[in-house]
Amino acid sequence: MTPTGDREERIPIWRDQRFWNIAFQVLALAAVILLLTTLFGNALRTLQSQGRQFNFDFLGNPASFNIGESVIPYQTQDPYWKAFLVGLLNTLRLIVVGFVLTTIIGIFAGIASFSNNWLVKKISQVYVELIRNTPLLLQLFAWYFGVIFGLAGDQPRRLLRAIFITKRQGGGVFIPWFTGEPVSLTSFGLLIAAAIAAVVLWRWRIHVMETQGASGQPQAIALAVLGIVSIFLFFFGLAWQFPQPTEAGGVTGGLRMSLEYAAILAGLVFYTGAFIAEIVRAGIQAVSKGQWEAGRALGLDAGKLMRLIVFPQALRVIIPSLNSQYMNLAKNSSLALAIGYPDIYSTASTTFNQTGRPIEVFILIAATYLTINLVISLAMNSLNRAVELKER
Amino acid sequence: MTTTFPPSSSAPPASNSGGLMAWLRKNLFNNWLNGILTVAISAMLVWVGMSFLEWAFTVAQWSVIPANWQLYFVGRYPNDQYWRLWAIFGLVAILSGLSWGILARNTAQLFTKTALICLGLLGVFGVIMPAPLTSRLLFLGAVILLAAAAWGGRQLGHSVAGIGRWISFAWIASFFVVMWLLAGGFGLESVSTGNWGGLLLTLFISVVSILLCFPMGVLLALGRQSSLPVVRLLSVLYIEIIRGVPLIAILFIGQNMIPLFLPQGMRPDNVYRAILGLTLFSAAYLAENVRGGLQAIPRGQMEAAHALGLNPALTTMLIILPQALKISIPAIVGQFISLFQDTTLLSIVSILELLGISRSILANPSFIGRYWEVYLFIGVIYWLFCYLMSIGSRRIEASLNTEH
Repeated sequence: MTPTGDREERIPIWRDQRFWNIAFQVLALAAVILLLTTLFGNALRTLQSQGRQFNFDFLGNPASFNIGESVIPYQTQDPYWKAFLVGLLNTLRLIVVGFVLTTIIGIFAGIASFSNNWLVKKISQVYVELIRNTPLLLQLFAWYFGVIFGLAGDQPRRLLRAIFITKRQGGGVFIPWFTGEPVSLTSFGLLIAAAIAAVVLWRWRIHVMETQGASGQPQAIALAVLGIVSIFLFFFGLAWQFPQPTEAGGVTGGLRMSLEYAAILAGLVFYTGAFIAEIVRAGIQAVSKGQWEAGRALGLDAGKLMRLIVFPQALRVIIPSLNSQYMNLAKNSSLALAIGYPDIYSTASTTFNQTGRPIEVFILIAATYLTINLVISLAMNSLNRAVELKER
Repeated sequence: MTTTFPPSSSAPPASNSGGLMAWLRKNLFNNWLNGILTVAISAMLVWVGMSFLEWAFTVAQWSVIPANWQLYFVGRYPNDQYWRLWAIFGLVAILSGLSWGILARNTAQLFTKTALICLGLLGVFGVIMPAPLTSRLLFLGAVILLAAAAWGGRQLGHSVAGIGRWISFAWIASFFVVMWLLAGGFGLESVSTGNWGGLLLTLFISVVSILLCFPMGVLLALGRQSSLPVVRLLSVLYIEIIRGVPLIAILFIGQNMIPLFLPQGMRPDNVYRAILGLTLFSAAYLAENVRGGLQAIPRGQMEAAHALGLNPALTTMLIILPQALKISIPAIVGQFISLFQDTTLLSIVSILELLGISRSILANPSFIGRYWEVYLFIGVIYWLFCYLMSIGSRRIEASLNTEH
C-alpha cells in the first residue's frame, strides 16, 4: 500500500485501517454510553415511580441500628455517616492487624518449604494446599462456629496459660496486653527509640567495617547491651497485664477481642498467609542458582546465605505480588458480614436494608474499597522502589 | 528450618542406597537442632491425630451426613425427577470417558496405575455412600460407563481422524441437553431454579460462569492491550473498578441493583443474577491473567504476521491469542478455581448452593452444633474439585508444552 507514483490511487475507505480504528472506537464508546444511559434511565424511572430520589441526604438521618463493637463512641441515634465511620474503622482495625500477622505467617511458611527437615517442609506444603483448595467462607465458618464457639463456653476457658475465651455477654478472647499507664507508655517509647538506635548502630558498624577495616567490636557490644536492655524493658517495663477470670464468671484485664473479630482475623490471616507462602516460595525459587553457589563459595552459612544473599533478591519478585494479596485481604474482609462482625460492608448493608437506597450505598462501598486499595497500592509501590534493583 | 537449600533441578538424583535409616538421618536428624524439631513436631502431630481420631469415633455424630445426603448433592430437586439428574451424570461420564480416551490415544497405556486407583476410589465411594441401593448401583454404572467410554474413545481415536473436533462439538451440544434436562420444558416437567441446590447448583453456577467469563475476559484483555485509546481506557476502567471492590459488593449489585436497572417488571431469577455477578467479577480478573500472557508474546510474532499480510483481527486470532492463552493456562485455571470457591459467597445472598444448603441443614434443630462434621464433609468435596482442576491444569500445560 505504499505510494508508487505521483498519481497514487486512493485506498477505498473500507480498506483503510485508520478509518476502521476511529469507527471502531466511536462504535465502542456509543455502545457503552447507550448501555449506561439505558440502565440508569431505567433506574431513575423506577426510583421516580416509587417516589425515591438519588441523593446522599439520608446520611444525616439517625441510623437507629445498633453496632456490636466500635472504637469510637456510637449510639443508636447517631447519624448514618457515623455508622459508616464506625464500620470503616472496624474494617481498618481488621486489615491492618491482618497485614502484619499474615506477612509473618506467609514468610515463615514460604521459607519453611525450603527447610531440609522433611517434616517441616511437608507441613508447609500441606498447609498451603489445604488452605488454597478450600473456600475462604467455609474456613471462616469453621473458625467461627467450629473453633471459636467450640472453645468458648459460658465459663471462661484458659488457653496456652495466658489467654482466656468466653462467650458470655461482653465476652470474647482476652490476650495479655500492656496497660496504658505512664510507665508502660514510657517503656514503649524507649523500645521504639532502642529499635531506631539499633538500626543506626548497625549501619555505623557496617560503615566502619567497610571503609576503615575496623573490627566493629565496640558497636557490636553496644548492640548487645541495647538488646539486653530492650528485653528487660519488654518484659518488665511494659507492665504486662494478664487477663484474670472474675468471680462473677467474666474476665478482666488484658486486651479484649470480640469472638467475631478473632474468628475473621484468624480466617483471613491463615488464608492469605497460604497465598503469601506460595509467593515467597516462588520468589526464592526465582533467585538464580549461581547466587546460592557464590554465597556458599564465600563461606556463608545457610542462615546468612538466606538473609544476606537470597532473600533480598527474592524480595524484588515477592513485593509486587504481595501487593495483590494485601488487596485481596482488604477485599475479603467484607466477608465479616457472614459471621456478624460489623465492618464497613456490614454497616452499609444494614443501611441499605433500612433506607432502600441501593445506588448511593453501593457508591459508598465501592469508593471505600477503591480508596483502601489505592492506598495499599501506593504504599507497596514505594516499598517496591526501595528494594528494586538500582541500575546505574 | 535451620538450614535451607536451593531449588535444584540439576541436582544428582537421590540415592536409594542406605535405606530407611540413611533417609531418616539425612532428612530428619541431620543436626541436633533439626532432631529436636523433628521430635517436637512428631509429638504434636501424634497428639493432634489422636485427638482427631478420638473425636471422630466418640464425640462426632456423623448421622448429619447420611440423613441429608440428597440435600448436599441436589438440594430440593423433586424426588420423582431424579432420573433426569442421573441421565446428566451418565452423559457427562460418557463424554468425559470419550475425551479421556481420545486424549490418551497415543500413550502407551490407557489405564495407568493412577487412573486405576482413581476408578477404584470412585467405585469404593459408590459402594459405601449412604444412599439407597438404586443410587449406588446407578453410580457404579456411571463409573463403568466412564471406563468403557474411555476404552471406546481410544479405539475411535485410532480409527477416526479428527475425532477431537467432534468431541468438542459433543460437549457444546451436551450443554443444551443438560440445560433441558435440568430446567425441564419441551415435554419435561419444569423444575424452577429455586429447587436446585447443593453440589448440583454449585457446579451449574461455576460451569456457566466460567463459560461466560472466559470470552469476556479475553476481550477485555485484548481491549486493554489495544492501540485504540478509547477501547483501552474503557477496558482499564472496567478492570480496575471491578478488581477494586469485593465480590460481595458485586453480588450486591446483582441482588439489589439489577432489578432496578432493567425495565420495570423484568426481574431475572435469583440464580441467573448471581451468575451474572460472578461472571462480571471473574472476567476482570481473567483479563489480567490473559494480559500477562499477551505481554509475554514477543513483538516479532506480530510483525511476522503483518509481514505475511494478516490483518489485525487475524493476527490476534491466529498468532497472538493461541500463544498467549497457552502461557496463561495456569493463571486462568487458578482463576476458575477461585471462581468455583467464590460460589460459596452466594450462600450470603440466600442461594442454596453447597455451603448455603449446609447452613440451612445446620440451622435445623435436630442437627444443631454439628458444625465440624458438616464443614469437614463439604470441605473435602470442595478440596477434591479444586485439586482435580489444578491437576488438570498441570496436565494440559504439559501436553501443550512444545518446547524441548
